[in-house]
Amino acid sequence: MTLATALKTGDLTQLPSRRDEDWRWTDLRGLIRQVPPASPAFDGEVEAGPFDALADDSILFVNGRQRHAATQGAGETIALRFVSTGEGGGHAASYAIVVEPDTTLVLLESHEGKAGGYLSDVTLDIAVGEGARVERIVLVEDDAEAVNVVTAEVDLAPGATFNQTVLTSGARRQRIETRVNHPGAHAQVRLDGAYLLDGQRHADQTTIVTHGGVDGVTSQLTKGMATDQARGVFQGRIVVAPGADQTDARMGHHALILSDKAEIDAKPELLIFADDVSCAHGNTIGALDEDALFYAEQRGIPELEAKAMLTQAFVGEVIERIEHEGAREIAAAWVAARLGRIG
Amino acid sequence: MLSIQNLHARVEDKPILKGVTLEVPAGEVHAIMGPNGAGKSTLSYVLTGRGGYEVTDGSASLNGEDLLDLEPAERAAKGVFLSFQYPLEIPGVPALTFIRTALNAQRRARGEDEIAAPAFLKLAKEKAASLKIDFEMLKRGLNVGFSGGEKKRMEIFQMAMLSPKFLILDETDSGLDIDALKIVSEGVNALRAPDRGMLVITHYQRLLDYIKPDRVHVLAAGRIVASGGPELALQLEAEGYDKYVGAAA
Repeated sequence: MTLATALKTGDLTQLPSRRDEDWRWTDLRGLIRQVPPASPAFDGEVEAGPFDALADDSILFVNGRQRHAATQGAGETIALRFVSTGEGGGHAASYAIVVEPDTTLVLLESHEGKAGGYLSDVTLDIAVGEGARVERIVLVEDDAEAVNVVTAEVDLAPGATFNQTVLTSGARRQRIETRVNHPGAHAQVRLDGAYLLDGQRHADQTTIVTHGGVDGVTSQLTKGMATDQARGVFQGRIVVAPGADQTDARMGHHALILSDKAEIDAKPELLIFADDVSCAHGNTIGALDEDALFYAEQRGIPELEAKAMLTQAFVGEVIERIEHEGAREIAAAWVAARLGRIG
Repeated sequence: MLSIQNLHARVEDKPILKGVTLEVPAGEVHAIMGPNGAGKSTLSYVLTGRGGYEVTDGSASLNGEDLLDLEPAERAAKGVFLSFQYPLEIPGVPALTFIRTALNAQRRARGEDEIAAPAFLKLAKEKAASLKIDFEMLKRGLNVGFSGGEKKRMEIFQMAMLSPKFLILDETDSGLDIDALKIVSEGVNALRAPDRGMLVITHYQRLLDYIKPDRVHVLAAGRIVASGGPELALQLEAEGYDKYVGAAA
């Protein structure tokens, strides 16, 4: 039951619906009433991506079709771009990445909506070899009327490190899902996210981390803001399988609601079947601190600018955890620009 | 300078200010003293436009310009500065960023050019040194983890950086030890100027040993019930507020 299958077969009953527990806040079947035409091939000019200046090489997909592949051994910083230009069309792409043992990859992934109302599905398989190190930054800038589902399945070998930060402004309906098969064995995972939603935008960040062996570490921090009639969804599941002792897992999700009609739905889940583990989660949803807001206004900062400043500071904790300096700067600038637009 | 006429204000349905009339001419420092619950903090919040305080009658103006219809940030741009009794902590916003954002917002509102980064940093270094503030502290989240005394010094620092026309000090002496009180008072006194007025709100006379007022007013049950020279503060210290509480009720 995926968007990709529905696009391929034209069978709308293949769409996830609210009857699926994991999709109850991101209902696609209720939204998509007819099968869209396949997005056409696009061979026109594609403007530069948000991370191009940082990357040694890039991989480019346009409307689900691969246009450019990275050269083998091009470098350790790769831009992976998924561009949608097909107005009202549907397309799906899948891609597999193998990271060799003891190597480093900085994956700068962008989803760039250049048209209105497309349906896009992206599936990634990422295999991280023993002792290898991956930092994946995902910047999702969809059209307000688009539907986009991005699913990554990450397999880690012992001693591997996988660090991820998802930054999104949402879409008509959008799901960014990451599933990590965590072997324990001193492998380390950081799964972070930030969402800034206005209008009628929706963003769903779902993560499932399965600890299958002893001595694994997972750290998660997602922060978001919803205003107008926007809706943010966070689903974080950490499974500690039998025998995965000494697992250390921490999950935090904190969100701001800035209007009466905005909505945040959060479901943190820890499923622990092992002994001697250290697992914790925290989840808070609230408004901006009125006292801090008045303090800033009293100093001369107008209300909208003060709200943007306080929200930027709130989300900043996630941005600070990005290790790649250039990506961190782009992320911080994206937050500031996005809040400037919302303000 | 600051002119308050027959000001009435309430919080929810409870009247707090019941006809405050007060004139603070440019160049003067006026103290407002009074018992707890007299409306001292309410007066400072009504003048600065905090939400939840409803003005039901009267007026307040600065240099002839009505304040009460303006947004809080507009009042700040006109030159009204409130030193908070309990300054807020703002995690994730370095003090320097906060103050530069405020200064430039005020300048924009007044149709002035924004201050350039080098000029801003030079000014910040000078003012920080004069208030014995470690410059490194200004790079951390505003007031985060600061002691009560450090927070009050940061208020005075912001005041010095923003150079407002009219200062309201709300219980600036609370939580200060004697050394911090001296530093803060020197910082305030350095801002005394012929074109600047100050309203010093305090429960205790102690602060007025360091910031010498031109006039002292007693606020009790929402009204100014007595006014006099600096000797009135000493008299209050000796006799307490009892007779005013009785008189007002």
